[in-house]
Amino acid sequence: MPQIAQLAATYSSQIFWLLIFFGFTFFAVGRGMVPKVMDTVAQRDKQIADDLLAAERARKQADEEEESWRKRENANRAQAQALIAEARSKAAAATEERLAAAQVLIDSKLAEAETRIAEARRSAAAEIEDVAADAARDIVSRVAGLSLDDTAVRSAVKENLVHG
Amino acid sequence: MAAEGKVDPMHQFTIQPMFGSDGWNIAGYNVAFTNSSLWMAIAAALLFVFVAGGAKRQLVPGRWQMAVETFTGFVDGMLAANVGANGKKYVPYIFSLFMFILFANFLGLMPLGVLGLHPFTFTSHFSATGVLSILSFSIVIIVGFAKHKLHFFSLFVPHGTPALMIPAIFVVELISFLVRPFSLGLRLFVAMMAGHVLLEVLSSFVISSGNANLGLFAIAGVPSFILMVGICALELLVAGIQAYVFALLTCVYLNDAENLH
Repeated sequence: MPQIAQLAATYSSQIFWLLIFFGFTFFAVGRGMVPKVMDTVAQRDKQIADDLLAAERARKQADEEEESWRKRENANRAQAQALIAEARSKAAAATEERLAAAQVLIDSKLAEAETRIAEARRSAAAEIEDVAADAARDIVSRVAGLSLDDTAVRSAVKENLVHG
Repeated sequence: MAAEGKVDPMHQFTIQPMFGSDGWNIAGYNVAFTNSSLWMAIAAALLFVFVAGGAKRQLVPGRWQMAVETFTGFVDGMLAANVGANGKKYVPYIFSLFMFILFANFLGLMPLGVLGLHPFTFTSHFSATGVLSILSFSIVIIVGFAKHKLHFFSLFVPHGTPALMIPAIFVVELISFLVRPFSLGLRLFVAMMAGHVLLEVLSSFVISSGNANLGLFAIAGVPSFILMVGICALELLVAGIQAYVFALLTCVYLNDAENLH
C-alpha cells in the first residue's frame, strides 16, 4: 500500500504541494473570483426584484390613472346629459310658445270667420225675405189681382218666416 | 504489466518524483514535485479556468457562467442551510474545498490511460486528504475559540446532561470531536482508494482471463468488463458524493463553532 509504504518519504512533499495548490485555489479562485460571481448573482437578483417592484408600481399608477379617468369621464357624461336635458327643455318651451302664438292666431282667424259667416247668414236671410216678399206680392197680384202695399207684404212675410 | 499478465492494483497509488525533482528539499524536508503534485496543479489550474470563464459578470449569464453560478449557489445554499446567515463568509473556503476535491476526484477517473497518460488521484492519499481535513478542523477550532472563548468547551456538554454525568459525557464528546479530522480525511481517502482498487482488480480479471483462453474470457472477462462499466458510473457518483460529504461535514462542524448548540 504505497500510501503507507511511501509515507515517510513523501509526506512532506504531499503536504507542501497540497498547501501550495490548495492555497492558490483558495486565494485565486475562492477569494478572488467567487465573491465576484456571487456579487453578480446578488446584483441580478436585486435587479429582478427592483424591476418587479417598478412594474408593480407602474401597474398601481395605471390603475389610479384609470380610476381618475373614469371619474372624469363620468363627470363629463353627466355634464353632457345635463346639457342635453337643458336643450331639450328649452326646445320644448320654445315649441310650446310658438304653438300658443299659432293658437292665438288661429283663434282670431276663427272668430273673424265666424263673424263673417254670421254676417253672410244675416244678409242671406234678408235677401230671402226680399225674394219671399216679391214672390208673395207677385202671387197675390196674379192670383187675386190685388196690388198690395210693399210694407204690408214685407211685414206679413217677416211674420211668417219668423213663426212659420 | 499487462504483457506480464499480472496487474498490481496498488501500483496506481505510487508516488513518483517528476522532472528530476527528487532531491528538492526545504530545511531538510523533501518537497519533490511528484505525479501527485502534478495532478494537484492540474486540478487547481482547471478549477481556475472553470471559474474564470464564469466570472464574466454578465447580467444575463451564458451557459458557462450559469454553471459556475450553480456551483457557488449550491455552496452558498449549503452554508445557509447548515450554518445560517453567519455562514456567508465561509463560501470562498467551502467552495475551494468542494471544487478542488471534486475536480481531483473526477480527474482521477478520466480515461486518460488510453492517451498514454497516467491519471493520479491524490485524494486517494491520506497524506493529502489529511491536510484538507486538518485545515477544516483548524478553522473550526480557531473560529470556535475566537468567537466563544473558553465557553466553546460547552460544546462537549449537551443540554440537559445531569451534573453527575458531565465529566463522563465531556470526555466522550471530546473524543468524538477529536476524531472528526481523522474521519473526515479517512472517509475521502478510503472511498477513492476502494473504487480505484476495485476497478484495477476487475481490469486485471479482464486482462488475465483474456491472456489465458477464450472460454475463461467469456466466463470471467466479459462479465468483469460489464461490471467495470457500471462501477465506473458508480465511481463518478462517489466522486461527487465524497466531495459533497467533505464540504457538508465541514459546514456542520463550522456550525458547531459558529453557533455552539
